[in-house]
Amino acid sequence: MTSHPVPSLEVGGLAYAYPDGTQALFGVDLTIGRGERVALLGPNGAGKTTLVMHLNGILTAGHGSVRVAGLDVRADTMKEIRRRVGLVFQDPDDQLFMPTVREDVAFGPANLGMRGAELDRRVSEALDRVGMLDAIDRPPHHLSFGQRRRVAVATVLAMEPEILVLDEPSSNLDPAARRELAEVLRNLDVTVLMVTHDLPYALELCERSLILSGGVIAADGPTRALLTDADLLAAHRLELPYGFAVPAL
Amino acid sequence: MSAGHHHQLYRPGDSVIHRLPPQCKLLAAAGFAVAVVATPRESFWAFAVYAVLLAAVAAAGRVPPGFVLRRMVIEVPFVVFAVAIPFIGLGERVEVLGVPLSVEGLWAAWNILAKATLGVVASILLAATTEPRMMLLGAQRLRLPQLLVQIAMFMLRYMDVIMDEMRRMRIARESRGFVARDARQIPVLAKSAGALFIRSYERGERVHLAMLSRGYTGEMPIIRDLSASLRQWGTAGLLPGLAVATAVLSWSLS
Repeated sequence: MTSHPVPSLEVGGLAYAYPDGTQALFGVDLTIGRGERVALLGPNGAGKTTLVMHLNGILTAGHGSVRVAGLDVRADTMKEIRRRVGLVFQDPDDQLFMPTVREDVAFGPANLGMRGAELDRRVSEALDRVGMLDAIDRPPHHLSFGQRRRVAVATVLAMEPEILVLDEPSSNLDPAARRELAEVLRNLDVTVLMVTHDLPYALELCERSLILSGGVIAADGPTRALLTDADLLAAHRLELPYGFAVPAL
Repeated sequence: MSAGHHHQLYRPGDSVIHRLPPQCKLLAAAGFAVAVVATPRESFWAFAVYAVLLAAVAAAGRVPPGFVLRRMVIEVPFVVFAVAIPFIGLGERVEVLGVPLSVEGLWAAWNILAKATLGVVASILLAATTEPRMMLLGAQRLRLPQLLVQIAMFMLRYMDVIMDEMRRMRIARESRGFVARDARQIPVLAKSAGALFIRSYERGERVHLAMLSRGYTGEMPIIRDLSASLRQWGTAGLLPGLAVATAVLSWSLS
């Protein structure tokens, strides 16, 4: 963990209510330093997805602020914000909308104005980092689910983001695909925020975790410490899977 | 790589025709169709020339006749309609094997059959030598409205996903004892169709979010360089060029 004067992500007093009046976030504060890998844990309905939508300006804050590497999320900074925040959605079929893997990975950088050889290089590099370079000319629907998720990660890596935000990265993956994705994520040299309720996965990949519950950050600390605090977990509807114990150091 | 069911019109290959940029082929096919339609129906020889031109394209694209014939089934409804015209047509009659047929109707039927068949074969050859997505990229280059091209592109991408969802819904229905036997089951099927629509609509919203997250501003960036050389335009122009010359000649002779 490197300390850096400007953190990758700063969220301060963020509150949000949906248009129908349902309050989802009640003042979220969090800071993620550059190069950190942090898990955002929380039960269904805790406001995890709502928080994620604020990070790249798809939803805009009712109250409070979101800053990415020092830049405020505002209408006039949106283009740069969306380059800096790489959002990987839960369903790769939502993320991969182009006819081939190559075109899909190129979509983001091309929107940033990149063309020609530079674009080709960016695409190959991103695919290489997730181990999917062989699939470059295949249509996404011919790939396995795990492969599609790795390509989805490549589509945002190609934009060289400041922070990678993954929504439930381990969902629907078989154990081998889950391990392959973990290897990819562990080797990335980029700040990662991983939204999940897969506690073992958080422990495996992230030193630090946040618990989002009832629209506020209820806990913030080393993942190991949070996961061994049975009362804390129970208070926020989080549970370790049957038979799983946090391994001794 | 297994081909998806919507690629069945395409026949992979590496012929001269396959290698032509898609926008050239699209314009060539359209130009050919216009020339055919503009030809007077009495010029039998001109239609023979068109058929020979298409045969030459098929040969150059290595598309076997059987492949074209099988796909021509799509024309059957038009054929049925055309065959009916001589029987229901009015005016002067002529006896064919003892059946009185309308002369004007026979001409009309011949006109529809000949021109539709040539048009259908030209499109089959276009589709057989051009991947669907390349066709769309070609259309984009020809400045077809962005929105139409994007809609078609998404249809191509999500066809399998939606078919898959439909299949899962069918399996879920049938696993709970549902059998579509007669009209009384229509409400259930209609609700399934409605549910499928809403699911697809919601997916559309999620895809849109994913696009926004990667800097989408309403236009698809042109990623692939599809520019055509003069030579390629020249090659593609052979078909419509010869067809237009034939059409002009047929008018001046008639």
